[in-house]
Amino acid sequence: MKKLVLCLFLLSQSVHAEIEVYQFANPEVELRYQSLTEELRCLVCQNQNIADSHAELAQDLRRKVYEKLNSGETNEQIIAYMTERYGDFVLYRPPFNTRTLILWLAPVLTLLIGGIGFWSLLKRRENSTEEKLSDTELADLNKLLQTKMGNKK
Amino acid sequence: MKLRFLLPLGAFLIMVVFLAIGLNLDPHEVPSPLIGKAAPAFTLPQLHEPQKTFSPADMKGKVWLLNVWASWCASCRQEHVFFTEFARANSSVNLIGLNYKDEPAAGMQWLAKLGNPYLLSISDNQGTAGLDWGVYGVPETFVIDKKGMIRYKQTGPVDLAILQTVIMPLLEKLNAEVNE
Repeated sequence: MKKLVLCLFLLSQSVHAEIEVYQFANPEVELRYQSLTEELRCLVCQNQNIADSHAELAQDLRRKVYEKLNSGETNEQIIAYMTERYGDFVLYRPPFNTRTLILWLAPVLTLLIGGIGFWSLLKRRENSTEEKLSDTELADLNKLLQTKMGNKK
Repeated sequence: MKLRFLLPLGAFLIMVVFLAIGLNLDPHEVPSPLIGKAAPAFTLPQLHEPQKTFSPADMKGKVWLLNVWASWCASCRQEHVFFTEFARANSSVNLIGLNYKDEPAAGMQWLAKLGNPYLLSISDNQGTAGLDWGVYGVPETFVIDKKGMIRYKQTGPVDLAILQTVIMPLLEKLNAEVNE
């Protein structure tokens, strides 16, 4: 128990150590800050957004977002500022354009190809069940059925 | 019938090709959208003479290089050797240093120890100009043309091969361009 408490204490310390505290004029701006920093990718730790990253660059970018929000810029203006400098790469939600066409359409295409494949497989199964029995097999079957029916009576 | 069995193999091979290409790409090399655009403006104090300032507009009409470096950056030390040699061999090249997120004293000490290939260095200890120029991994090197447009960016250390095969020919080409 003591160890657990110690662990929790250490964890909480490290969390507080790096994330700076910003004061916001109103809760609405704070929400915008949160959503923006969650959507922007850190270029140093590329699998983290700038809200989560402890990299110095992420800190700078967070400050930039904060400053821009305070100076009254819209979300679109801030996103534009970032993409002008770092490209679409900073966006976790890349825009839909000719370069990102494959990226956006790949899931739909995969689903479509898979769906068509599955559908044709089902179709083929359906056809293959209509197998004809040979005459001797039919006669055997009838005999079997008759004896079964006779037993029941 | 035989073709049907080859289909999964074919799909697999296509996947292998794409994965092989993907594995050989460097995800840290993000193409800069600033290439072909005007160099972002700033006015910052010079490292050695803080009372004097520098801004990219001062270099209008000249082809120049901006090398982003810091004393805390290990790979800057590695590329620094090439830059000192390069500057000695090509005295006509305008090489400007941007001392990024560094203590001015530490930056000056670094240059005093390792040699100073720069025409002058700019002190950007807050990293504001760096942010504006889309710097994310020091060292970085930009080539700016006579009109003040960014024409090339190297993320990560420059080596002899890059200097000889990319930067030098580009500088020659840009110097030949007519300044309107």
